[in-house]
Amino acid sequence: MPAMASPLQSFGSLRQGERYRVVSIDGENPCLKRFEELGLTEGTEFRVVKVAPFGDPLEIDLRGYHLCLRRKDAVGVSVEHIP
Amino acid sequence: MRSASLSSTFRNVAVLTQVPVVAVVGNPNAGKTTVFNGLTGLRQKVGNYPGVTVERASGRIRIGEREVEILDIPGLYSVAPTSEDERVAVEAMTVERPDLIVYVLDADNLERNLFLFSQVAELGIPTLVALTMVDRVESKGGSVDFARLANLLGVEVVPLVAHRERGISELRNAIDRSLENPRPAPAVRLPDPSENAIAELRERLGRAGSDFRQAEVREALEDPEHPIHQLAEEFPEVHAAFVVAQDALVEASAPMDNAARYRWSGMVRRAAIIESEGQQRKSLTDRLDRVLTHRLFGLLIFVGMMYLVFQGIYTFSAPLMTLIEGAFAAFGDKVGGLLLGNEVLRSAVVDGLIAGVGGAVVFLPQILILFFFIALLEGTGYLARAAFLMDRLLGWCGLNGRAFIPLLSSFACAIPGVMAARVMPDAKSRLATILVAPLMSCSARLPVYLVLIGAFVQPKYGAFWAGFALFAMHLLGLMVAIPIVWVLNRSLLKGSRLPFVLELPPYQWPRWKDVWLAMFYRGMVFLKTAGTIIVVMSLLIWGLSYFPRSAEADASYRAEYLQTAPAGLDQEELDHRAELHVDQERLAASYLGRFGKAIEPAFVPAGFDWRITTAILSAFPAREVVVPALGIIFNLGGEVDEKSPDLRKTLESATWPDGRPLFTLWTAIGLMVFFALCCQCMATLAVVKRETNTWKWPAFMFTYMTTLAYVAAVLIHQIGVRFS
Repeated sequence: MPAMASPLQSFGSLRQGERYRVVSIDGENPCLKRFEELGLTEGTEFRVVKVAPFGDPLEIDLRGYHLCLRRKDAVGVSVEHIP
Repeated sequence: MRSASLSSTFRNVAVLTQVPVVAVVGNPNAGKTTVFNGLTGLRQKVGNYPGVTVERASGRIRIGEREVEILDIPGLYSVAPTSEDERVAVEAMTVERPDLIVYVLDADNLERNLFLFSQVAELGIPTLVALTMVDRVESKGGSVDFARLANLLGVEVVPLVAHRERGISELRNAIDRSLENPRPAPAVRLPDPSENAIAELRERLGRAGSDFRQAEVREALEDPEHPIHQLAEEFPEVHAAFVVAQDALVEASAPMDNAARYRWSGMVRRAAIIESEGQQRKSLTDRLDRVLTHRLFGLLIFVGMMYLVFQGIYTFSAPLMTLIEGAFAAFGDKVGGLLLGNEVLRSAVVDGLIAGVGGAVVFLPQILILFFFIALLEGTGYLARAAFLMDRLLGWCGLNGRAFIPLLSSFACAIPGVMAARVMPDAKSRLATILVAPLMSCSARLPVYLVLIGAFVQPKYGAFWAGFALFAMHLLGLMVAIPIVWVLNRSLLKGSRLPFVLELPPYQWPRWKDVWLAMFYRGMVFLKTAGTIIVVMSLLIWGLSYFPRSAEADASYRAEYLQTAPAGLDQEELDHRAELHVDQERLAASYLGRFGKAIEPAFVPAGFDWRITTAILSAFPAREVVVPALGIIFNLGGEVDEKSPDLRKTLESATWPDGRPLFTLWTAIGLMVFFALCCQCMATLAVVKRETNTWKWPAFMFTYMTTLAYVAAVLIHQIGVRFS
């Protein structure tokens, strides 16, 4: 059975403990450049280590370090789930 | 002779200005502070970059035969600045161009740390790498190939391993060598992708019957007259390779974009870090974070930690503050005794200078203890976790998770709170935090609340409502601060929005040297502020409440009192009462008292008479002074405190000239709210001036808070009058 490409997701729907891959980064969001500089570039894989107590921000593990960011700052980053 | 000495003077000046500058550059959390402290220790100078709120720390040390200026560049992630702090940091490199960059590189976070390195290397400034956190790589079972890393980066790499002091002395030697023999860092490059594409094109050209050398093909691609352009048109398989090679060549000559820099840094990490085989065991940080950032236990532990921190501040600072107060009082008495001959000078020095500076320096223990805890929390990595937990609660109005430290501290005292705002990562959120920090109800407001609640709430409504009133007064500042930040972020502090990013570094033991130095330099910064701005302000306020004064006026006040004095008092009591009356009249006649009378009409809508307004004015240096000021002005002398029953009774029975009671419940609430919201604290304003590096922000702060306080007091009084 051929693997189905998993649907694109935004940061709004990420869940604790799951792994994702950045598929595309675009849009007007001025925060995106900073995220790229921090290593969230196209193709980067990361794991959501923790969701803060009130649902935001997220702690993600990427490129061997832990970064915390808010869901709404990452508008324009599309990711796919890695099973 | 003369000209010789002149020229040697000039040479000295030249030598002074030519001290080589070594800039310590790196990502936040890379261990930059430890490297800077290791190099400079107690030889640091802490100031501000001109015109901005960013602090500039540097230290002049001797390395070998040479004086060297070590400059600490604020931590940054990229040379394309997104905030004021980063702009300053970048300009310190690109405009000031240091003679040498010591790039602090975190071996355990190599990919991210090398991103900035790849940009810094392009500046063409001699660079060497101080490699930190090697022990952390090793504790995970990995190792670092230092020689290979140095080779890939094209600069010298000094590991700060095992024995840290030895690492620092090796770093000093490397600095000395690099200054002796400066060599700009080579720009980093990915392996050229066009080489393969050109080789492929050459092979296909060969199959089509035309042999070229590799270099010739490369040149030909950029020369439209060359016959291979013709060949590409004729043979479809040559055409395909031709297009690929052309694209590859364009890509290779383009400046590296962010993704390319990360491809490079990933490549360097894989080559330089030898990772352990097999299963990696869960790190200590992961295990700790399961509890410390847990959605329930994490919050409980956070509340517990903060309770300990603030209990610590109160418990440890109280005896030290008593000691400082006592020392300043004793010093004032001593100096006062020496100056007995000259009353004006004595009062200026004792009541103005010593009391004013003493009133500020008394906050030093709180500052030191708070910064001890901040350095500890930040150094271990817990501060970032606490900010992670708190971000949602503080984030919606425009602050972020880190603001909890300055805001909570401000409930003890706004001065350390304002200074603690430097934990905020960018200038804008730092400024917003500073501007609302003094709205938090500090401990100096407590005496005011206690007097007024004790006089007007407790007797009539009982202990429950008294407690409630006290709680409500403490909540008020916070409730007002949040909408104010919201408004500030949409008006004065508007600008392009920065993402909130926070790194959660692995936990580590605090480095005690960094903790002590942080306390020491914060204390020095504060004492310098107290020694300059606060001295001037103390003398100014003293002068306004002292002058004009004359022996004749005093005699007439006394005579006036003796005429109306009740009969049957013994001489001692009569003298005492006459003296109280003279004090009262002097304050009333001073510039401050006159000003208080002049603005009385403005405060009548709030139910304040000139006595209250004068007490408010004389409490400008420090709001707790309002209690003794009320004492003087209501004829009880300046020795009263918030527990004094006389003051409560006097306030209750005070009347307007027409006999109406001066204080109603609503006037009392209005006055408390006025004190909760106003900015009656000279030391806070002075510290805000120091931290923001301009008088504009303290002036703005004073204006908005006083306006807010005034409007609130008027509203409460007016509504209260309608209701009762």
